[in-house]
Amino acid sequence: MKISSLGYCIKQGFKNIYRNRLFSLASVATMSACIFLFGIFYSVVTNVSYMVEEAEKNTCLTVFFDVGVTDARIESIGKTIQQMDNVILIEFTSAEEAWEKYKVKYFGDRMDLAEGFEDDNPLADSASYTVYLDSADALSTVASSVENIDGVRTVRRSEITANSLSDVSGLVSMVSITMIVVLFLVALFLIGNTVSVGISIRKEEIAIMKLLGARNAFVRAPFIVEGIVIGFVGAMLPMIVIYYLYENVVYYIISRFTFLSNILAFLPIKTIFSTLLPVAAILGVGIGFLGSYMTLRKHLKV
Amino acid sequence: MLILENVCKTYSTGFPALNNISLRVEKGEFVFIVGQSGAGKSTLIKLLLKELEPTSGHIFINGKNLGRAKRRELPIIRRDMGVVFQDFRLLEDRNIYDNIAFAQKVVEAPARRIRSEVLSMLSMVGLLEKYKYFPSQLSGGEQQRAAIARALINKPEILLADEPTGNLDNANSWEIMKLLDEANKRGTTVVVVTHNMDLVRAMKKRVITIDHGEIVSDEKWGDYGYED
Ligand SMILES: Nc1ncnc2c1ncn2[C@@H]1O[C@H](COP(=O)(O)OP(=O)(O)OP(=O)(O)O)[C@@H](O)[C@H]1O
Ligand SMILES: [Mg+2]
Repeated sequence: MKISSLGYCIKQGFKNIYRNRLFSLASVATMSACIFLFGIFYSVVTNVSYMVEEAEKNTCLTVFFDVGVTDARIESIGKTIQQMDNVILIEFTSAEEAWEKYKVKYFGDRMDLAEGFEDDNPLADSASYTVYLDSADALSTVASSVENIDGVRTVRRSEITANSLSDVSGLVSMVSITMIVVLFLVALFLIGNTVSVGISIRKEEIAIMKLLGARNAFVRAPFIVEGIVIGFVGAMLPMIVIYYLYENVVYYIISRFTFLSNILAFLPIKTIFSTLLPVAAILGVGIGFLGSYMTLRKHLKV
Repeated sequence: MLILENVCKTYSTGFPALNNISLRVEKGEFVFIVGQSGAGKSTLIKLLLKELEPTSGHIFINGKNLGRAKRRELPIIRRDMGVVFQDFRLLEDRNIYDNIAFAQKVVEAPARRIRSEVLSMLSMVGLLEKYKYFPSQLSGGEQQRAAIARALINKPEILLADEPTGNLDNANSWEIMKLLDEANKRGTTVVVVTHNMDLVRAMKKRVITIDHGEIVSDEKWGDYGYED
């Protein structure tokens, strides 16, 4: 297509949107809702997996106690560890909790196999502290000081089990993805409808164009432009919102939960957008194109 | 140039508008098609444009079989035909200049050519001063001339004009005929559907008479084949 023809088609596409502004607006809004949810979902998922990754990298220590040590002693050991440099957080896991976790992990749905152990916890001496550090460098220093505390049997480097975390995010993912897919279908339908209204408004013009010898592509191009523009605008508006929202939400969380500041390692918005922005643009343009293309195939036969 | 072979057209209502029409128009000819209202003249024009499909028979435009034309060939065939519709079919939402430029834009004519060609066409049909007027602001004769300008702007080989003098007084009708005759002198094949007996007689061209969907006469310097 010639440049001047392309220019003409693009102009006509924008005219279509304007003439048909109510429908166009509804389509843009639906598209925006999809992309907004998608954006939020993407930001949360990437951040969570980033945090898990970071936390695993920083690693933490698991501290086990001498056999027969008293609860009071365990508590005072905890206090000592808490006061050490580089320690952010410590978490106590009782022997029972350790067994519960172990059971689920190794017996899974054959829980009956574990029943024989019920009265005699095989992990009776497995109470522990999980110690979170703010840097991996401090790991060995902290480990050796903890080992020297009276009543500590061993100190192990252990990884955070992100199991529960990923279970939750799995469910959230399912729900979000379903919602997003449904919304995308609605957007597709609405864009298709908008285009078909545009076609019926311009019925006579299209008929004359064809009788004057316009190529099919030329007749269709304005409607394709219409769909693409609606999709693109619908995709970019929520990106602006997410851009500002993200900074604010991250700032809020960090200032609210300062004690977690080293675990809550948020990705900078630039990193999020380097993927999210092009993906949103492609989704918007793609759905806009598809919506109008499908409608044209149905309503604009020669 | 323009050939119809045993063409029939029955509308979906079951009405047989054209029955077994065979016809040949050579390059550079000027042909009148006359006949009573409802005879099937506009139907014939629509078949030539492939705006309608014949129920049976074949139509050839410049040697190309319309019935066999592929989707992407059709626009090219149509570009060889300029058409003046019985009801003009000018676009009401734009002025006369834009209506005529529209015909060039849709065939993707180079932008730099459009302006000068539209203006010279407007001056040819005598509408240069009114180029900014909308169709609804023009008289019937002026709209007719705008429709002819749009039909001629792409220099078609064939000009199809359906009642281009319908509802016009004599003076205006003659103006229109002059335009069509000039186009014919430049080499355009012209097919004119009309009711105007005086014009047909005075022009001394080939006259094809259609009655109830059939060709009842085809005369070189003919008279009207029926009386009004
Ligand atoms: N879309 C249609 N559906 C059904 N019948 C139609 C249709 N268009 C035209 N007809 C019928 O076909 C016949 C021929 O119509 P056509 O328009 O070709 O007549 P015409 O010769 O152009 O008449 P006029 O001189 O009044 O313009 C008419 O009787 C008309 O009622
Ligand atoms: Mg007619």
